[in-house]
Amino acid sequence: MTSMPAQAPLRANPARTRARLRRGLVGWAFLAPLLILNVLVVLGPSLATVYYSFTDWSGIGPATFTGFANYTHAFTDPAVREALLHNAIWFVLFLTVPMVFGLLGAHLLNQVRRFQMLFRALFFIPYITASVVNAAVWKMLMSPDSGIGHLLGTDHAWLGDPSTSLYSVNFVVDWHWWGFLAVIFFAAMQGVDAQLYDAAKVDGANRWQQFKSVTLPGIRPTMVFIVLMTIIWSLKAFDYIYIMTHGGPAHSSDVVSTLMYDEAFNQYSAGYAAALGLSMTVVTGVVLAVYQYLRRRGWEE
Amino acid sequence: MTVAVTARRDVPQAGRADAPRGGPRRRRRLHVPTYVVLIVLALFAIGPLIAMLFNAFKNNAQIGADPLSPPTSLSLSNFTTAWREGDFATTMRNSVILCLGSALGTCVIAGLAAYSLSHLNVPGGNGVVTYLFLGSAMPVQLFVVPLFSLWTSLHLTDSLFGLIVIYWATDAPFATLLLRSFLMKVPKEFVEAARLDGASDLQIARRVMLPLAWPGFMTVALIVGLWAWNEFFWAITFIHSPGKRPISTSFLAFQDQNSTDWGLTSAAALFMLVPVVLLFLSLQRRFVAGLTSGGLK
Repeated sequence: MTSMPAQAPLRANPARTRARLRRGLVGWAFLAPLLILNVLVVLGPSLATVYYSFTDWSGIGPATFTGFANYTHAFTDPAVREALLHNAIWFVLFLTVPMVFGLLGAHLLNQVRRFQMLFRALFFIPYITASVVNAAVWKMLMSPDSGIGHLLGTDHAWLGDPSTSLYSVNFVVDWHWWGFLAVIFFAAMQGVDAQLYDAAKVDGANRWQQFKSVTLPGIRPTMVFIVLMTIIWSLKAFDYIYIMTHGGPAHSSDVVSTLMYDEAFNQYSAGYAAALGLSMTVVTGVVLAVYQYLRRRGWEE
Repeated sequence: MTVAVTARRDVPQAGRADAPRGGPRRRRRLHVPTYVVLIVLALFAIGPLIAMLFNAFKNNAQIGADPLSPPTSLSLSNFTTAWREGDFATTMRNSVILCLGSALGTCVIAGLAAYSLSHLNVPGGNGVVTYLFLGSAMPVQLFVVPLFSLWTSLHLTDSLFGLIVIYWATDAPFATLLLRSFLMKVPKEFVEAARLDGASDLQIARRVMLPLAWPGFMTVALIVGLWAWNEFFWAITFIHSPGKRPISTSFLAFQDQNSTDWGLTSAAALFMLVPVVLLFLSLQRRFVAGLTSGGLK
């Protein structure tokens, strides 16, 4: 190359282009297993859902195109309306209860020096415990014949009574979740500049004022993220409800995901289930778009 | 920066009323209530699980009398009965296969992808990263029904391998993003040096990246393994014959059969819980680091 300076630029270009092309091909080859799997399991079936949501598909065999019938049905279906209401209740509780416990736990962890790791581990254990195990524990503790209520003199069937079933399951989910939030908030709080606390102390701020004026603003990006994700998580709520009540009794704890599952695998209305699943996805997409928008605006900072 | 400004602005006004009471003496006294509340919170978190541990050693009459008290004797009969009747030898083996299969496969698939996205400058790589992030936030309800139909026609339902493939696909995005952040810390010079020595990309991935990003791979393997062990939704949907069930769905079936025998079901639940807790306590940092970055799926 150095011996032929005049020709170098001309000859280097195609060579470099070829090298770059080769790099790109190698790069995509390394991505191939991931992308092929994703198309097979996630993207392909997702696109199929879009198609099936406009059909009367039963889950097996051929499907007939029915236009927007599934969507108009979903909008007028009282079961969907009730399930959405349950999702909304679920969201409000799932947002507030674990948040209060999580912030409290994280804030206190942040105040102490000794046994931090031990408490963090204990808070975290319900989160890493399988849903079926947590559900079994609380089924036992909520049972009318041998639970905590029985011990205290009431034989209320928390999960069996339509007026308490949804709240009881939600309580169990909140219980297993707050420790996870505590650990996340704790990590965020450790990133808050310690000098700010010193300044606040010098100014005589009490602990609540320190929390409100230093800690909360300091962990705002994490808070925003958790609040928005909670909308998505509330929409996805499935495991504990399915395990503990199957959405019952009398649909009193049904949410959109359990309703959708029942339509797909028990009622053989896969087309209708597809429409419900796609609607859930659209809401999820909107939430993610709002999150991106807020991030771009820098509101998170 | 905005944080600093708001804090400095707000605190003095808010704090003035209390100012005379501050000082080190007050701080020391405050630690006792702090620990009391922390202990109450810790008991709230693990108390129910400890009650289950107690009840595994009790019979139903004792549990009915008091579901929270410690056992008076250490009878192991619940454990032996549950192990036999719940066929835990089989279902644990199934779950171990699921854990190892999904952890190993995910590490390979995500490791290759992460290497590509961190060191190979793929055209369109950023789009792939965004796609992975958004995709892992989507509800499974979006694709479960057609996937079930597809898996039926491929004879992958009621098969551990079929389930492992689903775990690969659903866990790999998280694992790729996590490993990518690990691999981005590996200096480009290492890769260039290996390339000058004539190493192929596959050799670089195995000989340079794998050893250097070892903690990242360990984290991914642990978390994917944990998810496979605990996983419920895909298992209940795709596995139906009792002999192929993993421990989670077979435990649920066992509990439904013995729904009033709390001692027996508590013992069975411990089979599922104890390995996880022991592993967690011994590798706490790694679990927490991985789950707080990836548990957001």
